[in-house]
Amino acid sequence: MNILPIILAAVLSNNFVLIQFLGICPFLGVSQKVDSALGMGIAVTFVMVLTCLVTYPIYNYVLVPLGLAYLEIIVFIFVIASLVQILEMVLKKFIPALYSSMGIYLPLITTNCAILGVAELVLTETLVTGLFEAVLYGLFAGVGFTLAIVLLAGLREKLDKLPLAKCLKGFPATMIASCFMAMAFYAFSLI
Amino acid sequence: MKIRDIMMDGLFRQNPTLKLVLGVCSTLALTTSAFDSFGMGIAVTFVLVCSNVIVSLLRNVIPDKVRIPAFVLVIATFVTIVQLFLRKYVNALYASFGVFLPLIVVNCIILGRAEGFASKNKVGFAALDGLFMGLGYTWAMVLIGGIREILGYGTFFGIKLWDFTIDFFASQAGAFFTYGIVIALFVLVWNAIERSQKLKKASANDAPVVEEQKEEN
Repeated sequence: MNILPIILAAVLSNNFVLIQFLGICPFLGVSQKVDSALGMGIAVTFVMVLTCLVTYPIYNYVLVPLGLAYLEIIVFIFVIASLVQILEMVLKKFIPALYSSMGIYLPLITTNCAILGVAELVLTETLVTGLFEAVLYGLFAGVGFTLAIVLLAGLREKLDKLPLAKCLKGFPATMIASCFMAMAFYAFSLI
Repeated sequence: MKIRDIMMDGLFRQNPTLKLVLGVCSTLALTTSAFDSFGMGIAVTFVLVCSNVIVSLLRNVIPDKVRIPAFVLVIATFVTIVQLFLRKYVNALYASFGVFLPLIVVNCIILGRAEGFASKNKVGFAALDGLFMGLGYTWAMVLIGGIREILGYGTFFGIKLWDFTIDFFASQAGAFFTYGIVIALFVLVWNAIERSQKLKKASANDAPVVEEQKEEN
């Protein structure tokens, strides 16, 4: 069991957003406020766990034995899109409170590359040897995403008050803030 | 006239990388070298043109409610073609793209153009839009990749320039930094050009803009 190495790698030293550059669009797009960043983070984590739970067995027990591994991209994106759709319907029907806080982020998640990324990466990650590790990896990759997006949202709330040159406002300032965060997370991989 | 608009939109006015800031993941991850950036640019351009053509042809067939899954499926098909082609013929690129090759599917530029342009326009215009959006992405990628490769490794397209390197630009943090600075400079230069254009009041004549932008590259 590689539980601790998986947790540390997924959250810190191989952080999905800042080290592997996955899920940058929501990272930049939904990080204006800490609340919405947290909501997005939780929604992404949830879908990541479900994705790993479904795509890992499909790839290893269906596509590979049938010799259809080359269809992985099409199958994965289809599974993710349906999963998000089903999740949206289930939440709407049974847990309306959660739906009202998480629902607006769900449609965005289908095209979030962190989700398809996690489905692809669990297949090649050497630490992952079974379904349990795959789900664990998905869970903590989501935690790492949440950590990064919430930290950035906190920074941006401060950043907006700074007197910056007009051309630096918005994306450039956010990028440079992310640059310093990436340096901090990079330090974890040196340990 | 419309063709010139499509061209200017793709390359500068609506540049997906520098103006709209879409498809950021691959831009940040693959701009460690100019060659990888160029390869990714071409791969995305191919998928963009093909998916725009198919989406445009099917625009009256696909029901409105399932259009997003349908577009994604079209895109995924072309990405699989690119993947199989690169694995067989250009293994160096296949290796350095890694997970970002399948992730072209969720590159928001492609879905954005399918939804925003191809599903509303004729095939010819859709193909042109795909081509110029792709080329706009490519030149921005090569610009950022070139800067990072020259400063981070002292090489350009693999050709050694000097021994002086700044490791920061080759790192993840350097990707964010370089991209941020390039966007800021692009906005600065573009706004200056637009202002001088307005002063000239020569709104019909777009030619000077093209020249000045090319010098900046």
